[in-house]
Amino acid sequence: MSVKDRVIAIVAEQAVLEPSDVTLENTLEDLGIDSLGLVESIFAIEEEFDISIPFNANEPEKSDFDISSVASIIAGIEKLVVSAPTE
Amino acid sequence: MKRVVITGAGTINALGHDVPETLGAMKEGHCGIGPLEMRDVERLAVQIGAQVSDFASDTIFNRQQLALYDRFTQFALIAAREALAQSGLEFSGALSAKSGVVMGNSGGGMQTLDENYRTVYEDGKNRVHPFVVPKLMNNAAASHISMEFNLKGPSFTVASACASSNHAMAQAFQMVRSGMAPVMITGGTESMLCFGGVKAWEGLRVMSKDACRPFSSTRNGMVQGEGAGVFVFEEMDHAKARGAEILAEVIGFAMTSDASDIVMPSRQGASRAIAGALQDAGVNREEVGYINAHGTGTAANDKTECSAVADVFGPHADNLMMSSTKSMHGHLIGGTGAVELLACIMALRDGVIAPTIGYEEPDPECALDVVPNEAREASVDVVLSNAFAFGGLNAVLALRRV
Repeated sequence: MSVKDRVIAIVAEQAVLEPSDVTLENTLEDLGIDSLGLVESIFAIEEEFDISIPFNANEPEKSDFDISSVASIIAGIEKLVVSAPTE
Repeated sequence: MKRVVITGAGTINALGHDVPETLGAMKEGHCGIGPLEMRDVERLAVQIGAQVSDFASDTIFNRQQLALYDRFTQFALIAAREALAQSGLEFSGALSAKSGVVMGNSGGGMQTLDENYRTVYEDGKNRVHPFVVPKLMNNAAASHISMEFNLKGPSFTVASACASSNHAMAQAFQMVRSGMAPVMITGGTESMLCFGGVKAWEGLRVMSKDACRPFSSTRNGMVQGEGAGVFVFEEMDHAKARGAEILAEVIGFAMTSDASDIVMPSRQGASRAIAGALQDAGVNREEVGYINAHGTGTAANDKTECSAVADVFGPHADNLMMSSTKSMHGHLIGGTGAVELLACIMALRDGVIAPTIGYEEPDPECALDVVPNEAREASVDVVLSNAFAFGGLNAVLALRRV
């Protein structure tokens, strides 16, 4: 599965939707994911890709990681997966 | 109904090992937050906290005591010794039979849990010390206070996360006010600054990696602290009859539940608790000069708390002062309201309002006088102490100058 499909699968599970119901333009709010659902999604993504996402719920706008839409989340993860240090 | 006064106070926290040191640090706007010192700290994403430093427990407790006292119990006993010594009370006969201890605590013996999980899971050992259970149980601190001071009345521990101390002190207040107990020892204690404790908090992504800056537009989260605060709540006539020094009068409290979200605070729940405390105390909102805020430094709390205060106080919100001392001693979770009550007593007795340090830029959504960065002299007659916990459990106390 591509990064895109894996992220959509995670977001869909969190939103209790079918992956086919999640579009790239959707915001997490559109999908009914609240602040607690957001941190749970980020945790699931970190686990899935073995990456560390710099996200502070107090200042989401200041984070390098853009959560404004499903597409921006995928773009952010693609960047992190490429630069992930191998431990 | 009986009137309830405070005749003793004790503490140990990142600002000091007793009340005078702590109040001195609050007056100077000293910050107790620094780099965490603990095993595996390099594996933490959050590496700061307000730890109690220069603490040599083996010079205070003997070997047998240390085998039974988790750090949260040690803190509670140190604070209780100071409070009881100040009060001058000794417990025997009928006074002993009716007086008790209500302590707030959230995590229990977290250090003991952390160490012993390591022993069985990481080190693969199949044996732990026989006192693990009596050491880690949440009521251990309250029980050891009752044993050390011969308190044989109602004693227990209250757990309501970040409001534990305020719920505990509200309960003790109610017991003395109703005539059920002549004296109650009360407050809170917490020691969650261990690897597992900090790691768990990291997960919520609400912790700051650099500083606690409540109400400042530049705030980026909370910082954990540790320690204890313990007070002697005494029936006023009992205190006067023995010529005790009275630090302040406890005049009311209220508790509410948001019944909405497990972590997000509610403006309505907070407003109802603040208004309820004023009503229970029988004071007009214009009489309140200072509020010790819950003020965690998270976006969610600070905005909600400021709007709740604006709701309750209306135009008077612009005249009162509200500071968050968590900027200095960190968030002691279940022990926080007890250490914060010291700032309330300082405001009433010494006429000094503790500052909100680390304040950099105003936030239009927190447009109250938060006493930024420097303590201020002011004469106040009535103060409130707010606590709004995860789980939507709120408790507000009201105190008056005597």
